[in-house]
Amino acid sequence: MIKSHEYSEKDVDMTVEVEVPGKKDPQNIAQSQWKLIWRRFKKHKLAKNSLIILVLLYIGLVGFAEFFAVHDRTDIFRNRYLPPQTIRFFDNEGNFHIRPFIYNRTQQMDPRTWSQTTVEDYSQRYHLRLFARGFEYQLLGLFTTDIHLLGVEEGGQLFLLGTDQLGRCIFSRIMFGTRISLVIGLTGVFISMILGVVIGGISGLVGGIVDDAIQRLIEVLMSIPHIPLWMAFAAIVPDAWSPLQVYFAITLILSIIGWTGLARVVRSKFLSLREMDYVTAAHSFNAPMFYIIYKHLIPNFMSFLLVNLTLAIPTMILAETALSFLGIGLRPPVVSLGVLLQGAQNFQTVSMHPWLLFPVVMVIVIVLCYNFVGDGLRDAADPYQ
Amino acid sequence: MLTYIVRRLAFMIPTLLVISVVAFAVIELPPGDFLTQQMAQWEELYGDRAEVMIENMRAIYGLDGSAIERYYRWITRIVFHGDFGRSFLENTRVTDIIMNRVFLTMGISLVTLFFTWIVAIPIGVYSAVKQYSFFDYLFTFFAFIGRAFPNFALALVLMYVAYTYFDWPIGGLMSRSFRGEPLSMAKIADVARHMVIPVIVIGTHGLAGLVRVLRAMILDEMNKEYVQTARSKGLSERVVIWKHVFIIACQPIVSTIGWLLPQIVSGAAIVSIVMNLPTTGEALLSALTNQDMYVAASFILVLSTLTLIGTLISDLLLAFIDPRIRYN
Repeated sequence: MIKSHEYSEKDVDMTVEVEVPGKKDPQNIAQSQWKLIWRRFKKHKLAKNSLIILVLLYIGLVGFAEFFAVHDRTDIFRNRYLPPQTIRFFDNEGNFHIRPFIYNRTQQMDPRTWSQTTVEDYSQRYHLRLFARGFEYQLLGLFTTDIHLLGVEEGGQLFLLGTDQLGRCIFSRIMFGTRISLVIGLTGVFISMILGVVIGGISGLVGGIVDDAIQRLIEVLMSIPHIPLWMAFAAIVPDAWSPLQVYFAITLILSIIGWTGLARVVRSKFLSLREMDYVTAAHSFNAPMFYIIYKHLIPNFMSFLLVNLTLAIPTMILAETALSFLGIGLRPPVVSLGVLLQGAQNFQTVSMHPWLLFPVVMVIVIVLCYNFVGDGLRDAADPYQ
Repeated sequence: MLTYIVRRLAFMIPTLLVISVVAFAVIELPPGDFLTQQMAQWEELYGDRAEVMIENMRAIYGLDGSAIERYYRWITRIVFHGDFGRSFLENTRVTDIIMNRVFLTMGISLVTLFFTWIVAIPIGVYSAVKQYSFFDYLFTFFAFIGRAFPNFALALVLMYVAYTYFDWPIGGLMSRSFRGEPLSMAKIADVARHMVIPVIVIGTHGLAGLVRVLRAMILDEMNKEYVQTARSKGLSERVVIWKHVFIIACQPIVSTIGWLLPQIVSGAAIVSIVMNLPTTGEALLSALTNQDMYVAASFILVLSTLTLIGTLISDLLLAFIDPRIRYN
């Protein structure tokens, strides 16, 4: 008796060992799905760093674009097409100065060839300043200030990345443009997400004729090439609309196509989840449909949705850039990265003033980061890895 | 197989109908029409008579009646007479404008499609087979960059590099000296040289995506049992990869032909505006901004129809490769 009792206890012990593989790794026990995803995501170095960059960009530029800008976005200066500024430690005689400085520059035109040359004025050094005073702005809409991250001594003109065709500071405009581009990606995806999840969900759950009709509609929208369709919608936006109205119109236009991909994905996920054993089990316990959706389907599919959204945002940003570049997206005085690139439309301008393409660098950085984060999330959210 | 084709063709008809409604609706949405712009001018010139003249013009151009009537007239003419209406702006048949440009668009799209495959397949397979090697990282890096680079900007950068360092022809379809010349080998070569940059630019985005998909697919398949079986039979690695793994892994390539086409047409639209190529994109943009409605609607209709056909072809190919699809 005693012997058999001993045996059985040992057996129980062993099964306990086998059933809880997390015993060696106590962190693994009873962690929510989100914590697990987050832990796996953190191991993905590239994705983690990209996320950090994105968060910094959102906090820094959406919140404090004015602080990072040197000039206001509509400030116009006399010198057009100034190349990017050299920040110097050595003056023109080769003497070293501990504080970085710049020289002021003027544009001169060769009277014979009409080509423009930039001439530096060596008579006066202007030192760079941190937390310098510049144009006044409302910080976060709360209080008025004129402190900027970077500035220059009185009389100096600082154009870090040069000036555009009207003599506006490209660096400052990139700060403002990035803000709009970052936000338009989010708002566009938000609208697409609502449309996609609702319509795709209905399609997957209701099935039958409704499903067929929705699928045909999606097919139609996907068969029409995006850019022509966007062009057509964007051409409708009346000229008289205010920049804000245009902004919302463009976000809506981008979402009109954006939701289709999402809806297909949501539908297929609902279809496959519906057949799962645990859903059948819940049904057999007489669980109400709403409870099943809320308790079993949604959690299963949130991580998946998140991945898709992360990958949809860069597409939105690129689309806005393309539309604005063509002159049918956002309109000045709203500044987005696409609006900034309008100045770089023809090849002649770009070949003479390549610095007009600097906004592209920002586009690439943002889109790359989003893609890396999306890839990292996808790997982290996959429970079978 | 025949029933499958017939069924797919039958499915296309309602889709096409809806597309034509969407195309027409999009053009109808903006307030006013082409003649409202004329109206202001004519009122100054002709005073009260302008009203009557505009009404007459409306009747001639077919702009009178309700939107539904106009749609009905437009679509029946297309279906029964192949007549897409007239362009207000250029005062020619829309068919002529479209024919001139659609062929070039399709030509560029097809060349781009092949370029995408020819480059993507070896790179995708290599990246998967030699996972985490130096070249895998390099290709992956370029694939990400390729997806992040806005294609109009890529066009500008490539044009800049080609012009400054290689003295390569940029912009337009052919050199000025060949314009209006009869077809010759030299002319074809010249056009081909002009096509290099557009094809690279339009193809890059799809190319980068395809490499990623292919790599992931092959990596998935490599762990499956049939691969082990094939290896244990003593088959060479080359046969295992190309005859066993690749055939399955290339399904997404085949199934995306249909979706790749609208992408390429879209890409071509932007790039041709930047590079001054006479494809559909540029004409569509000017038609849209000038409310040249029949041209715009017809372009959207024709482009969408072509992509629908592309989807059909890809579905047929898919059914051909994978018999399981046919029986479902």
